[in-house]
Amino acid sequence: MNDDTSLTLTLEPAADAHRPLVLTPGQDLSGFLAAHLGRAALFVITCSSVLAVLLILVFVIYRSVAFLTSYNIVEFLTDKAWYPTAESPNFGALTLIVGSLYVSVAALVFAVPVGILAAIFLSDVVSWKVRNVIKPIVEILAAIPSVAYGFFAVLVLAPWMQKTFGFTTGTNALNAALILAVMALPTIISVAEDSISALGRELREASYSLGATRMETTLRVVMPAAHSGIIAAVVLGMMRAIGETMVVWMASGNATQIPQPWWDLSLSIRTMTATIAGEMGEAPEGSAHRSALFAVGVLLLVMTFGLNIVSEYFLTRAKKALGKS
Amino acid sequence: MKTTLIGMVLLSLTLGAVRQAETLQIEGSTTVGPIADTFAEYFKSVYPSLDITVKKTGSGDGAAALIDGRCDVATMSRFMKDKEFKDAVGNGIYPVAHVVAMDGVCVIVHPSNPVKALTKDQIRDIYAGKIKNWNQVGGPSMPVVPISRDTSSGTYETFEKLVMSKQAMAPGVEYVNSNPQAHARVKTTRGAIGYVGLGFVDTSVRVLKMDGILPSRQTIASGTYPVTRPLFMFTNGYPKLGSMVHKFCTFHLTEKGQELVEAKGFVPLTNY
Repeated sequence: MNDDTSLTLTLEPAADAHRPLVLTPGQDLSGFLAAHLGRAALFVITCSSVLAVLLILVFVIYRSVAFLTSYNIVEFLTDKAWYPTAESPNFGALTLIVGSLYVSVAALVFAVPVGILAAIFLSDVVSWKVRNVIKPIVEILAAIPSVAYGFFAVLVLAPWMQKTFGFTTGTNALNAALILAVMALPTIISVAEDSISALGRELREASYSLGATRMETTLRVVMPAAHSGIIAAVVLGMMRAIGETMVVWMASGNATQIPQPWWDLSLSIRTMTATIAGEMGEAPEGSAHRSALFAVGVLLLVMTFGLNIVSEYFLTRAKKALGKS
Repeated sequence: MKTTLIGMVLLSLTLGAVRQAETLQIEGSTTVGPIADTFAEYFKSVYPSLDITVKKTGSGDGAAALIDGRCDVATMSRFMKDKEFKDAVGNGIYPVAHVVAMDGVCVIVHPSNPVKALTKDQIRDIYAGKIKNWNQVGGPSMPVVPISRDTSSGTYETFEKLVMSKQAMAPGVEYVNSNPQAHARVKTTRGAIGYVGLGFVDTSVRVLKMDGILPSRQTIASGTYPVTRPLFMFTNGYPKLGSMVHKFCTFHLTEKGQELVEAKGFVPLTNY
């Protein structure tokens, strides 16, 4: 407190000349309280967001307990038959788990090469001016509402794929994967570009000075140095894809099946998120169906938390690597 | 004297405000939603001070809202289930059904498909995965793409109850989350078969005869078309005569009401 006052005094002696050097007990107390109450208020505000996450987690787990304790969990994870509203309901979520992973991985197959190449282009090839124009535009992709993507998938992409490739159905895994790839691109490009350009000039110049070409520098020096950040970018993109709901609900066709043969992207699949969104409305309160949907939610949370931890690990490593160089 | 006067003025003002804030909460089915919407629009133009909100999330939500006393009118495309009735009575709510219109679930295919009629059993076999190619029902050799509404929709429930008769849908059946989307998918997919309410049928898709009967206003209103269902509004007890809820739930009996029901593609109960 006193330090502050003296500091202000030295900076602005004329304005603060009337301020006594010694605080009255009242001023002292109110200053003390203001500092601590302010701190406490900010702490509570910060905690509320942490608390929100925890509450959601607790709520989802709590609502799924009834199902997880009464139903065979192994069967839940390995059975393919998802018939929640049948006479004798069957809750086999394997199809849904496979569906979610299937579209997410397929989306990454499209998005990762494009995303990383775009990131290299933006950070190492194109001029700073052009980069500053292109990057915000790429990031706008993330601002388009997912339902708009969904409409595009159903009304434009699906008929186009039927006509062009002769698919029997246009709302299929390929459709959903393509749209998810576009949605994951901004994340991947943005994070990868940040980590590549954060490496700095010295590293590249050192490489050039040893006679390396631009290609060699990028592939052999820059990419390995930035690999942590790039992996984090890919994992974040995967999270975006696996948690997305509206687009897969509209574009994937929602057929409860595992593609046979496995590489046939032209078949409809159904994801965990779409199942929750589509069936929650009519699953009666307190029924096994509703609890099972919450169990699917828990599964989804576990997956995204796992991916989040992985991405945090790699982002920290990327930061550490930067600190060293 | 002065205070009494001011008091009376204030009282009348508050009364006026209370009357002005008369509200009508409507919640429930996405199928009955368009009817509730156009009724609400008409009511707003006739009673400008009336505050109507229409929520369209699903029949189950409407029932839940009525049970909790959160709405005045629950719109439903199916009758209340046993459990919902019991819950309502347990909460001191006595649901009364008003049938406001009839709806036929029409089976539609791509206009290029030469198949013009199917039996109910054939349609069931298609959705159960037993018929996989159109040549099994007299069409060209082309895989069938069955498209269903999502399991939380009232249309799905009606279809499942009246067509599927307890058979499970095949794993390959695709699900879409609205009538317009089902229509759009069938319109753009050559091998597709789907089902929508009569109100969503137009010339860009072909409606199939079921068991030899083409869905139309006459066959649906009379119930000869096999997949016909009444659309409901539920209230807590029979509404007080002359109240806004009463006017709303009996509006379909007026000529204007029937006109609006028909304009939305549903079938009025009476011929005017």
